[in-house]
Amino acid sequence: MTRHLQIFYVTVILLLLAAPIVVVAGVSLNGQQSLRFPPQDLSLKWYAELFRNSDWLVPLRNSLIIAAVSSLLAVAIALPLALHVWSRNNRLARALYVLGVAPFMLPPVISALGFLVFWVSIGMYGQMTATIISHGVFLVTLPVVTISLGLAGVDTSLVEAARTMGARRGQVLRTVILPLLTPYMISGYAFAFVLSLNEYIIAYMVAGFTVETLPIKIFNSLRYGYTPIMGVVSVIFVGLAALAFGLIGRYGNLPRLLGAERVGND
Amino acid sequence: MSGMRQNSTPGWLPFVPVAWLLLFFLVPFAIMLTVSVAHRVPGGFYEPGFEFDSYLRFFSVFFGRILLTSILISAGAAVICVLLAFPFTLSLARMKQRGQTIVLVILLSVLSLSEVIIGFSLSTLLSKTAGVGNLLAALGFIEESRAYTPSLFALMAGMCYLALPYSVLVLYPPVSRLDPELGEAARMMGASPFQTFRTVTVPMLRKPMMGALILVFVFTLGVYLLPQVLGQPQHWTLSVHITDQAIFQSNLPFAAAMAVLLLLVSLAMVGLSLLLGRDKVTDT
Repeated sequence: MTRHLQIFYVTVILLLLAAPIVVVAGVSLNGQQSLRFPPQDLSLKWYAELFRNSDWLVPLRNSLIIAAVSSLLAVAIALPLALHVWSRNNRLARALYVLGVAPFMLPPVISALGFLVFWVSIGMYGQMTATIISHGVFLVTLPVVTISLGLAGVDTSLVEAARTMGARRGQVLRTVILPLLTPYMISGYAFAFVLSLNEYIIAYMVAGFTVETLPIKIFNSLRYGYTPIMGVVSVIFVGLAALAFGLIGRYGNLPRLLGAERVGND
Repeated sequence: MSGMRQNSTPGWLPFVPVAWLLLFFLVPFAIMLTVSVAHRVPGGFYEPGFEFDSYLRFFSVFFGRILLTSILISAGAAVICVLLAFPFTLSLARMKQRGQTIVLVILLSVLSLSEVIIGFSLSTLLSKTAGVGNLLAALGFIEESRAYTPSLFALMAGMCYLALPYSVLVLYPPVSRLDPELGEAARMMGASPFQTFRTVTVPMLRKPMMGALILVFVFTLGVYLLPQVLGQPQHWTLSVHITDQAIFQSNLPFAAAMAVLLLLVSLAMVGLSLLLGRDKVTDT
C-alpha cells in the first residue's frame, strides 16, 4: 500500500470508531428529555443533572470508590508477584505469572459467575467489599504486565553497583528498584482504574441489585427509560479514558508498553 | 545477568499474592465446579450433590442452537476484525512514534469502554431519531428515517466495534517486530508494493494472524451484553445465557456447567494460540 492510501485507511477506521461517540456526545446536549441527533435546544443541563440527581449521584460515587480501591489492591498484589517472578525466574515463578495473567484472559462472564457463587457461599453477596475485591482480582493482570515490563528494563548494573557499595537487599529494593518502577505502577493503576469504571458483568453478578455502578445504571436505563444523562456519562467515560491513556502516552512509552520493540524516535 | 537478579527479593515476598489469588481466584472456580454438579432445586437455589444432569442438557436442541449461534457470531466477528485490523496495524507500525502513540491512545480509549456504553452508543447511532436513518433520509436515499436495530447487522457492527481495537493490539507486537528491511529489499529487487505485501509480509505474519484470529474469537465469545441490546433473542450467545440462567432463571448448576464448558473451550483456544506463538520463536 502506498503512504497516502495507508493514512487514508487508518483515518477512515478511526472516524468509524468515533462516530457512535460523536452521536452520543450530541445526544447529551439535548435540552429536552429525548435522544435526538442533531440535538435540539442545545443545553448543558444534563451535565449538571448528573451531579444533582441522586439517582445518578449514588452510582457515580459507588463507581469511583470501587475503581479507586480495587485498582490499589490490584497494584498491591501485582508488585510483589512481579518482583518475585523477576528475581527467581524458575518454573514455579512462571506458573505464578500465568496465575497473575489468567484472570483477564478468560471471558469475564466465567470469572463473574465464579465470584457470584463464591460470595454467596461465604455470605458476602451484595456487599461493596465483594465488588471491590472481585475487581481487584480481575484487574490484577494489568499492573502485573506493566510492572513486569518495567522490571525487564531495569539495568542490572545499577543493582550490582548498589550491592558492591554495601547496600542490603531491602535497601536496593527500596532505593533503586522501586523508584524505577513507579511510572509502571502508575500506568498499571491507571489501566485498572479505567477498566474498573467500565466493568459491568462482575459488578452486576456480585452486587448488581444493591451496589449500583454507573454501567449498571446505564443498562437499567436502557430498559426503563432513556435519558440524555446516559450520553453525559458516556462522554465523561471516554474523556477519562483518553486522559488516562493520553498521560501514559505523554510521559511514558506507550508503543513499548503495548509490546512494540522497534519504534523510531524521530 | 540473572545472577544479580537472583535472590534480590526476600523469599516470603510471594506469599501474600499467592494466598490472595488462591483464595479469590482459584477457590471461586472450585466452588463453581461443585455447583455445576450440584442438584438443582426448582424455584430455589441448589443443594449439594454429585450428578451430571446439567451437563447432559448440552445434548439438547435448545443448547445446540445456542452453541452454534455463539460460534458463528464470534467466528464471523473474528474474521472481519482481523481482516480489517491487519492492514491497519501494518500502517500503524510504520508511523512515527508520536503518531503511533496518538492512534494507540484512541484505540485504548475505545477498547476500555463499557459494553453497556458501546451498546447504548450504537443503538443510538442506528436508531430512528438520532442516527444513520436520519442521515440517509436527509440525503434522500430513503423516504423516511428508520431504525436499524435490533438486528443481526447491528449486533455484528457492535461485535466488530468492540473487537477491532483488540485485534489491532493483538497484532501490534508481531507486526512492529517485523524487519522493515526485508520489505525494502524486495522493493529494491523490483517487486511492486502489492507483490511485496503478498510474497513477503503476509507469509511472515501468517502464524501471528492465526494466533490473533483465535484470541479475537475467544474475546468475542465473552461478549455478554451486545446480543441483548443490539440483537434479537435468537442471537443470544452462550455468555448471555450464562447470565440469564444464573440471575433470572435461578438455575445456578446449569449456568455453572455452561461456564465450565466456556472455560474449557477458551483455555484450549488460548493454548492453541500459544503453540502457534512458540513455533514462531523457533523459526527466527
